[in-house]
Amino acid sequence: MAERRAGTPLLEVRNLSVTFPQASGDVRAVRDISYTISEGEFLGIVGESGSGKSVSSLAIMGLLPDNARVEGEILFQGRSLLRLDDRELSRIRGKELSIIFQDPLSALTPVYTIGDQIGEALRLHDRTLTRQAAETRAVELLRIVGIPDPVRRVKAFPHEFSGGMRQRAMIAMAIANNPRLIIADEPTTALDVTIQAQILEVLEEAKRITGAAVSLITHDLGVIAGHADRVAVMYAGKLVELGAVDDVFYEPTMPYTIGLLRSVPNIRTAGTERLVQLEGRPPSLAALPPGCPFAARCPVAIPRCSVDEPELVPHGTDLSHPSACHRADEIAAGTLPRPAIFPRPEPLPIADRAPVDDAVVLSVTDMVKHFPLTRGGVFRRRIGTVRAVDGVSFEIAAGRTLAIVGESGCGKTTTILELMELTAPQRGSIVVEGRDVATLTATQRRALRSDIQIVFQDPAAAVDPRLPVGEVIGEPLVAQRVPREVRDRRVAELLELVGLDAAMADRYPHEFSGGQRQRIGIARGLATDPRILVLDEPVSALDVSIQAGVINLLQDLRDALGLSLVFVAHDLAVVRQIADDVAVMYLGRIVEHGPIATVFDDPKHPYTQALMSAAPIPDPAAERERSRVLLDGDLPSPAQEITGCRFRTRCPLYKLLDEAAQARCIGEDPALQPKDGVSVACHHVERNTLVVG
Amino acid sequence: MTLSSIDALTEKDSDGFGIDVPPDERPVRGRRSLSRNGLIWRRLKAMPRFWIGGSVLTFLVLFAFVGPVLSPYTFSQQDVMYFNYPPTTVHWFGTDQLGHDVLTQVMVGLQKSLMIGFIAGPLATILSALIGSFAGYVGGAADKAIVWFIDLMLVLPAFFVLIILYPFFRGASWIVMTFFLALTGWMIMAQVVRSQTRSLRERDFVKAARYMGFGPWSVVTRHIIPNVASLLIIDATLGVGAMILAETSLSFFGFGVQLPDVSLGSLLDAGDAAAVTRPWLFLAPAIVVVVLLLAINLVGDALRDAVDPTSKVNHG
Amino acid sequence: MIVYLLRRVLNYSILTAVVSSLAYVLASLTLNPVHDLESRHPRPPQHVIDNKLDLLGANPDVPLIERTWTWFINIFHGDLGLTVSNHPVTDQLITRGGVSLQLLLVGSIIGAILGVILGVWGAVRQYRASDQVVTYASYLIFATPTFVMGILLMIAATQFNNAIGTQLITFSGQFSADAPTDFWGNLGDRLSHLLLPTIVLILGAAASYSRYQRNAMLDVLGADYIRTARAKGRTRSSALVRHGVRVALIPMSTFFAYSFGTLIAGATLLELVFSWHGMGEQAVQSIQTSDINSIAGATLFVSVLILCSSTLSEVLYAALDPRVRR
Repeated sequence: MAERRAGTPLLEVRNLSVTFPQASGDVRAVRDISYTISEGEFLGIVGESGSGKSVSSLAIMGLLPDNARVEGEILFQGRSLLRLDDRELSRIRGKELSIIFQDPLSALTPVYTIGDQIGEALRLHDRTLTRQAAETRAVELLRIVGIPDPVRRVKAFPHEFSGGMRQRAMIAMAIANNPRLIIADEPTTALDVTIQAQILEVLEEAKRITGAAVSLITHDLGVIAGHADRVAVMYAGKLVELGAVDDVFYEPTMPYTIGLLRSVPNIRTAGTERLVQLEGRPPSLAALPPGCPFAARCPVAIPRCSVDEPELVPHGTDLSHPSACHRADEIAAGTLPRPAIFPRPEPLPIADRAPVDDAVVLSVTDMVKHFPLTRGGVFRRRIGTVRAVDGVSFEIAAGRTLAIVGESGCGKTTTILELMELTAPQRGSIVVEGRDVATLTATQRRALRSDIQIVFQDPAAAVDPRLPVGEVIGEPLVAQRVPREVRDRRVAELLELVGLDAAMADRYPHEFSGGQRQRIGIARGLATDPRILVLDEPVSALDVSIQAGVINLLQDLRDALGLSLVFVAHDLAVVRQIADDVAVMYLGRIVEHGPIATVFDDPKHPYTQALMSAAPIPDPAAERERSRVLLDGDLPSPAQEITGCRFRTRCPLYKLLDEAAQARCIGEDPALQPKDGVSVACHHVERNTLVVG
Repeated sequence: MTLSSIDALTEKDSDGFGIDVPPDERPVRGRRSLSRNGLIWRRLKAMPRFWIGGSVLTFLVLFAFVGPVLSPYTFSQQDVMYFNYPPTTVHWFGTDQLGHDVLTQVMVGLQKSLMIGFIAGPLATILSALIGSFAGYVGGAADKAIVWFIDLMLVLPAFFVLIILYPFFRGASWIVMTFFLALTGWMIMAQVVRSQTRSLRERDFVKAARYMGFGPWSVVTRHIIPNVASLLIIDATLGVGAMILAETSLSFFGFGVQLPDVSLGSLLDAGDAAAVTRPWLFLAPAIVVVVLLLAINLVGDALRDAVDPTSKVNHG
Repeated sequence: MIVYLLRRVLNYSILTAVVSSLAYVLASLTLNPVHDLESRHPRPPQHVIDNKLDLLGANPDVPLIERTWTWFINIFHGDLGLTVSNHPVTDQLITRGGVSLQLLLVGSIIGAILGVILGVWGAVRQYRASDQVVTYASYLIFATPTFVMGILLMIAATQFNNAIGTQLITFSGQFSADAPTDFWGNLGDRLSHLLLPTIVLILGAAASYSRYQRNAMLDVLGADYIRTARAKGRTRSSALVRHGVRVALIPMSTFFAYSFGTLIAGATLLELVFSWHGMGEQAVQSIQTSDINSIAGATLFVSVLILCSSTLSEVLYAALDPRVRR
């Protein structure tokens, strides 16, 4: 090991560039970035997809594909990693330098047990370790990362673990050899919000035990705010701003950072002001324009910005907070005020809004959707029932937005898909515009479909890749047998309505970006001029800067057309930005329902409280002073039979109750009861003393 | 191969490395980008395999259909000067024991084999598309019955089934045999189409079409079939080769094309007896069969790679 | 898992029963087993013909469904009826089945192993010269009908024998009539007969296995868990061997069942080309001699083989992939 001088950083990245050669032009994924990580530090690297944040970290690990061209220097504990060959690097990887990947399912080898895979990490760096000794140590590591019953679980295969448990196992593997630096590459992106909170806790714990430095790569500003000491912001392969977390969040000096911070909704304040949307999108890394890569999207760009690329240099007096902008001095000095760079857009003028009455346009009563759980190929047999939706009721008035929130598996998507069938549910009723769908004939049902339309989550999957977008958008009109000329006119109108060019009608979906494709999906949803638009996670597949534009568009469309929206989402801040009312779902039931500000400011159900407290806030000061309600374990399978209250197996309130009170939770299924203007399904609302920050 | 073109075909937002190279960040303004078919064609054009296979195939088609016209001999004409002659300048591929010109015989035989292949291959594909998409989209009892029937058909190798069915087309025209070939060659593709349909049925754009009010037939024709079309085209292409192979094997053992018709298989059969002593009788049709199948497989394989580049791009 | 496997075996057994009964029905509908007798000159008396029909269980006065049922039930008594030349089909099945199995087992096992190795090698060395050679060789093998390859090898072997002046490679039948009787001599003779047909089968199987394994490996090369293994401290090649190959073997178990059918068809053709007296030859001959019991017996044999290979492939799948064990 090289001699370590005092004050030498643990990791020093100097002028790192990564290029992927392509026939159509080299993709310059990372360009000339330099930063350091000190012993024990927590660095957050934030950026949108394509910013180069993961590529730069994989370059440190030496795990880029063979065709990548890596230039510059990476010094780890004084050793130059880029000069080592695969064999030499493999002695450092997993021992002093370890990494946690995003998707814990595909990151674990499906055919070996968890214990074998953790043991492998140990035995690779300690050839004297026996199999048994490695397994004993693996059990210990699993216990550290909070996996219950580790002696048994160590023999389980990855597919027998839930997503959260797999990510815990990945962390166990990463800390197995007491590394000096742990790189966490979007470790919680694939997980639900309450599980994300658990995993981030485990990561903090792992950092405390090993004393390692952590480099956390994420697109989520809230996660950074709550955990990092320092933040690096990346854009189009460049490091554009670097500094202590408070400096970057409260006094950003790069317009991109300013815009990004103003484009994310904050769960505490969302809905009170409009989001800033960043126009356009990042440049193609294969054909970068000269000058600053953000110039084309920057409202305060000056001619110089499209000529020279700014260097990452300090501005003002603070030498620890450099940024790459020609006008950063003005921003730091306050002569170019931050709100003036990205002013918040105005809401739709009242005069342009469609008049709406309070008529109820959609009412769902006690809807049930159960799936048989079967096993076997030819001779299927029923081994249980999945209660995906188990007695859900809600209604929506004209011009209002109802949000349905909950984690994956809670039944929120099944609820709206069942609604969209427009047939009698297994139990209960669906009434659209005063007509019970159970009584409709096939012709009436098709006619009614023009009043209720859906927009899906993944804009890439929601449109047929083989049809030009004009056909895609006009498709609901084909189903309604609208003649071709009328259809073409309407398609042009719709494209303009969602902010696209009417001339794009003959382009194919793959020519559009994610945000544009989602606009196409929305245009299709509006084609038949519906009264109700159902949205299934419409922004969760989009980058934050794009997300704001789609949310603003939906708000404007709702107001201009007098639409009622059913908005299904897991991101509570996004939901608060757009919705009037909210229904929180857990295992097929609504557990809390009411006006969104009331529910979010004073959550009453322990599950709502846990959800609220797990949602990261992009505000470091707010994150520091929060008190959290953490949930134990994972969401139970909807096939599991739980008597009484479904939430009691994970309920933090339940644990505080006396036996008599607990008996009620076990014995009696709570119904929604009105309480202070909202409805809550909990027996012990009165005794709820949990504090949510 | 560009990242964006991979993305366009697989509709994935990452390039498979799990690294954040931007998915599809070409500006929509500016140069008109290619449609999906354009992309496939551009990739095909870059593959030598496609050009080699394609030109050999074109040559063989011309050889089979134009060749006999240009040939100085007819198919049944006997050259009494030359019995059992090895290849000479007069008879390029030699002659058989009756003085038939082997070259002309091969041309005519190839003609029949090509016709059988180009009818039976696509026919089997159409069958598999209809049956597979129906079973996959409708589901339920019909699906189960079809799956069981496919399993049943797969219990015996097709060659075996054709031997058992042989008495049904013995003595009939070659066209009947062609239909029997197609009837025994659709099952595996039908399984593929069925599973593709099942996964397409869960895709959002198909759900969306259902929620717009389209019936099953409209959904299948508007969305399902077009989305498996490239698969079907590949299968039809490779199917031509598979059917020619099956025809050749059957005819070789006397279960296929019968006189007065000749195919490559029956020529091979005729040449077999003298394979060691007068190898040209066997080698001429054998070489034509191998070159033909090679050309078809090269084209089919190139098509497959052009449609699904993820199976080939330099991953790692 | 055991229960699941038993269910699969039961389903395969039903399929097998249905298929062989169907074959019996089809054969009874189209074949006339006394065609040979009837066309003799002079035509034998009617009662001789009727006797023969009764003996074969093919009396047209008995309804076909009843004949099929009798045939089917007799299977469980180990009786598959008589051939047109009055030998029990069961005996024929045992001797000929053994001959076929000899070819099939050697061909499939060596072919699969060779193919898997070549596939892994090709994928790891993708686009290098060695990968290209394997790729184009397999293209060539796919394009050559089995029997053509067999005959070409026979021509080559004849040239070879002529060149060295002795019958070193023999290729007609499964053994020579004048084979040495001592154990080693006999074994040597059999091996020399086995050489050419097995080469053809092995080449065919290895070509398809290698293509399939290569694709499976390419799918795995970019997998996240390979990256994880490297992140833990494995070198690239060690991660590929220890984690990649192991996962890429899983789809091969399914492929095994598919390829076995092709292999049987190939073996049938080779038996005819190389004059081996196996089941394939029996099937072909029985059509030519209008032998109902014989073709039905051959069908039963082949479908039982397919049943065994499918079951084996399910067992292999479960052994290789913990995700399907339950």
